[in-house]
Amino acid sequence: MAILEVNDVNKAFGGLKALNAVNLSVEEGTVHAIIGPNGAGKSTLLNCFVGRLIPDTGSVMFNGKSLLGIKPHEINQTGVARVFQTPEIFTDLSILENVMIPAFAKLDGAFRINAWKTVGSRGEVRDMAEKVLVEVGLHEKRDVISSSLSRGDKRRLEMAMCLVQEPKLLLLDEPTAGMSRADTNNTVDLLQRVGTHITKIVIEHDMHVVFSLADHISVLAQGTVIAGGKPADIKGNPKVQEAYLGGSHA
Amino acid sequence: MFAGLTRNDKLLFIGFTIAALAMPLLAWPVGANYPDLLQKFAIYGIFAIGFNILFGLTGYLSFGHAAFLGVGSYAAVWMFKGVTMNVIPAVIFGVMVSGMFAALIGFISLRRSGIYFSILTLAFAQMSYNLAYSVLTPITNGETGLQLSQDDARIIDRLFVEQGAGLPSTNLFGLEMSGYPGFYFCCVLLIIAFFISLRIQRSPFGMMLRAIKTNQVRMNYTGFNTRPYALTAFIISGMYAGLAGSLLAVTDPLAGAERMQWTASGEVVLMTILGGAGTLIGPILGAGLIKYFENIFSSYNDGLLSESFSFLPDFLNDTLVFIIGPFVGEGWSLLLGIVFMAIVIFLPGGLMEGLTRIHGWYRRRGGGDTRAADAASSRQAAE
Repeated sequence: MAILEVNDVNKAFGGLKALNAVNLSVEEGTVHAIIGPNGAGKSTLLNCFVGRLIPDTGSVMFNGKSLLGIKPHEINQTGVARVFQTPEIFTDLSILENVMIPAFAKLDGAFRINAWKTVGSRGEVRDMAEKVLVEVGLHEKRDVISSSLSRGDKRRLEMAMCLVQEPKLLLLDEPTAGMSRADTNNTVDLLQRVGTHITKIVIEHDMHVVFSLADHISVLAQGTVIAGGKPADIKGNPKVQEAYLGGSHA
Repeated sequence: MFAGLTRNDKLLFIGFTIAALAMPLLAWPVGANYPDLLQKFAIYGIFAIGFNILFGLTGYLSFGHAAFLGVGSYAAVWMFKGVTMNVIPAVIFGVMVSGMFAALIGFISLRRSGIYFSILTLAFAQMSYNLAYSVLTPITNGETGLQLSQDDARIIDRLFVEQGAGLPSTNLFGLEMSGYPGFYFCCVLLIIAFFISLRIQRSPFGMMLRAIKTNQVRMNYTGFNTRPYALTAFIISGMYAGLAGSLLAVTDPLAGAERMQWTASGEVVLMTILGGAGTLIGPILGAGLIKYFENIFSSYNDGLLSESFSFLPDFLNDTLVFIIGPFVGEGWSLLLGIVFMAIVIFLPGGLMEGLTRIHGWYRRRGGGDTRAADAASSRQAAE
């Protein structure tokens, strides 16, 4: 069953057509990679899923409901979480607090004033957060202020913040961008290990990452999906080779 | 009441309560132990605590908080005029009216953030200030200010007591709110205000406010509707300002528009930054320090200065008076400006950062596992 259904999505910035009749169908429980050269419209497409951009025409259906025109926090509350290209975390707060906040969003909803009880009295929230921190390997550093973390750790923290919500769909925008080979391998390992039942959409440049993770690959070039299929098919597709793999990435 | 608070927080609260109640004693060595000034410490302490909930915790810098102070004062005086000289209804009314006023202004101003939010709040406060002088004169009594008068209605009071010849004074069920009783009334409210702020800071709600300050984008993509959170913080802090404003009316039943002027809004910003934005105690320290300076240094003049340096030879005395003179009396804000600049440059975290540093330095001298202790104490201060 398709959990995310993208139909004929167009988006133009002035004269530039960033997305041109994009169609995409993401199967539940799979890892779906979106690849393509720089400027192909990958991030634009992702931004259309989370309410940051609204397509000019077309539809984006998540679990049978349209995601267009509703606010980012409402989209998250329906079960879509996002990891950003540059980690967006709460830099002034400790790692544990960083992960407890999304857990609160999951349990208490988009807005609830509980100003009298202490954070400590919500043991279940702390348990949820600690469990995820153990999974991603940040548990020992849980009281560290997150601004002091390395880039790789910040990314892992952001992933923990998404995983703690147990989203139905996890969007990862270049999860290994700017990482060392070791950090990249750790991230791939982490993604294979945790949240295996969660449907994921990964935008990625690193072919090694894509081919180790993806069940399905869509290739985007100049705002259009030029190919889609299993990793093996994509590898052999001449159109893809021409548009993308034929370059320095081969 | 204390459920869920850590031992440190309980100690902090108990320590604060004792310090607040013993303020007359503590202020004695610096010559500030008279009720008028102590009341100001407590009242502006409340104002700064409330401002800190919005600025220090949520990260929205309001430049118009004096508007709520003024509204609280007007509302309280109207209660004195219309219903009773008892302070309880006046305080409650003042808090409620400024809370509603804050809801309105916050709803509009919070559509923007950063500098635009600050400018919006400043514009609203200046608007209120000018309205109080012009079209709202029937409510505010314009330039004269809103005062008590013999022919006020005072419905409830007239039912029970024969009106005396002079103007009645504010009271708490018969206890006159002047001198030390007045101070202790403000002091108890300061303690309650501090306790509420402590609970908010330690609550999930407070955690969300800190998260909004740190990264609003992440909050939105994490499933939080940030605007109602910010609006709630705005209303709470407006209510704190209203409480402070009505207490100003309790200690002196008179309300004037100058209370809403932008300089008054700026003052609470200074207090909070001077003491340490985002900390629990800092804003109260900042408020106390500024009010103390204002009282002590603004009362100096060249004559007094020359008297205090009279033990020096004449030419030294004259030189010193010439140099220091501009910084005291009416020029005391020059001194405040210099202190403020020094603090912002050398102690961006305010007085609380200074205290933390001294504490860390002391610990290092004492030896032991200092790095862990330092981290723990700076973390404590940051909270």
